[in-house]
Amino acid sequence: MALKFSEDHEWINIEGDVATIGITNYAQEQLGDVVFVDLPEVGDTLEQGGESGVIESVKAASEIYAPASGEIIEVNEDLDGSPALINTAAEGDGWMYKIKLSNLSELDDLMDKAGYDAHVEELD
Amino acid sequence: MNFDTTDAPKTVPLDALHRELGGKMVPFAGYDMPVQYPAGIMAEHNHTREKASLFDVSHMGQVRLHGKDATKALESLVPGDIAALTAGNTRYTMFTNDQGGILDDLMVTQHGDYLYLVINAGCKDADIAHLNAKIGDRCDIEVIEDYALLALQGPAAVAVMARYAAPVRHMSFMSAAELHISDIPCFVTRSGYTGEDGVEFSVPVDAAEDVARLLLDEPEVEAAGLGSRDSLRLEAGLCLYGSDITETTTPTEAGLLWSISKRRREEGGFPGAAVIQQQIADGAPRKRVGIKPDGKAPARAHTEIADQDGNVIGEITSGGFSPTLGGPIAMGYVDAAHAAKGTNVNLMVRGKAMPAQVTSPIFVEHRYFRD
Repeated sequence: MALKFSEDHEWINIEGDVATIGITNYAQEQLGDVVFVDLPEVGDTLEQGGESGVIESVKAASEIYAPASGEIIEVNEDLDGSPALINTAAEGDGWMYKIKLSNLSELDDLMDKAGYDAHVEELD
Repeated sequence: MNFDTTDAPKTVPLDALHRELGGKMVPFAGYDMPVQYPAGIMAEHNHTREKASLFDVSHMGQVRLHGKDATKALESLVPGDIAALTAGNTRYTMFTNDQGGILDDLMVTQHGDYLYLVINAGCKDADIAHLNAKIGDRCDIEVIEDYALLALQGPAAVAVMARYAAPVRHMSFMSAAELHISDIPCFVTRSGYTGEDGVEFSVPVDAAEDVARLLLDEPEVEAAGLGSRDSLRLEAGLCLYGSDITETTTPTEAGLLWSISKRRREEGGFPGAAVIQQQIADGAPRKRVGIKPDGKAPARAHTEIADQDGNVIGEITSGGFSPTLGGPIAMGYVDAAHAAKGTNVNLMVRGKAMPAQVTSPIFVEHRYFRD
């Protein structure tokens, strides 16, 4: 099991060839109150860096990018009724979707926690 | 995701206070402005509807027009009935162009000694140039630089303000008075742009922070930023210049004819009068309407509006989430044939057709104080 991060502020929790994906706490703070989450559908295929959904906050719509390639195997249905889970638990119950990874070597492009924290620090 | 970063816009007099309060500062119309405080847009929005919020709108332009001919001169640029404004009263109008389009919308107050104008931040330079070019020889145009502009909005706003400026309680909506807030001389209008009762007041720059702190210390009052100001005005069906009204939308299309009196409609004498008069007679080709999406996804500005057969009939100009209704709301323009309330339309959001209905643009009833 490994937790990694993208420059686009997604986290990815890897267990074997399955990964759970969401946005980081830093990202939800930037977005503000989330009011709607447009998720991909089970069976969709994502490319690393490709659009994988949209988070609508009170302010604006923000695209979410896939941190790794693969096929969607589950989406977080709770976000439909409770989009604010992204605000209250971005890196927990506010996860967005799970994928079956198709290219494990892509994970080398991602940052670990220390690397992501440093990345965020540069932005502030 | 991309988060905007920026450098060196102008600052407002309350800049330090905004930062002290944890305001998230963003560039807006050339100024560093608080889009929200730590409570967040949703909480600030709801607080305004329930109690009272203090907004800094000092980025907006304040102008005085002096001189005997100022009223007639201004009427040559706006369709509003400025001559009918008695001292201590305020009116909403707009600068029009020769095509009947809107160059800016503004508030005009007859002070008694001069006309007092509040214009949009993003249009300020162009408006002042326009005033100078068109009526600079007929009146003295004084751009006010030494006053901040604050708004206290919400059902508790006037009760709070009355603790420091008792006469405000007796002012009706769209009236104005010189009042001392505590002992600071301010120019107060009972007005605002949230749909709530409240006041906007012009306060000397060097006293602005003291007045802001006085009000923020009141138990009902919290600071609110531009984010909630936008969601509040959208719920109230009020136009945002640059989005809902522009140089290519007329007051007729925008549903702003209520701001043009019978005399001005008949006499004309403002830019684009012929176009607007013809639209009044024949009907405007398109109309500003409210749009209520059936689902949960907000439809943002520039979303296409289609009829049931897939023909594009208009466009969303403002859209977002209504905290009061707990769902998405929007306003936009549709062809006149599709503007009736209850008309079923589709919004093209990210390639998908989302069903929606045409409604009144006023999603939350105004609670202005009229006696």
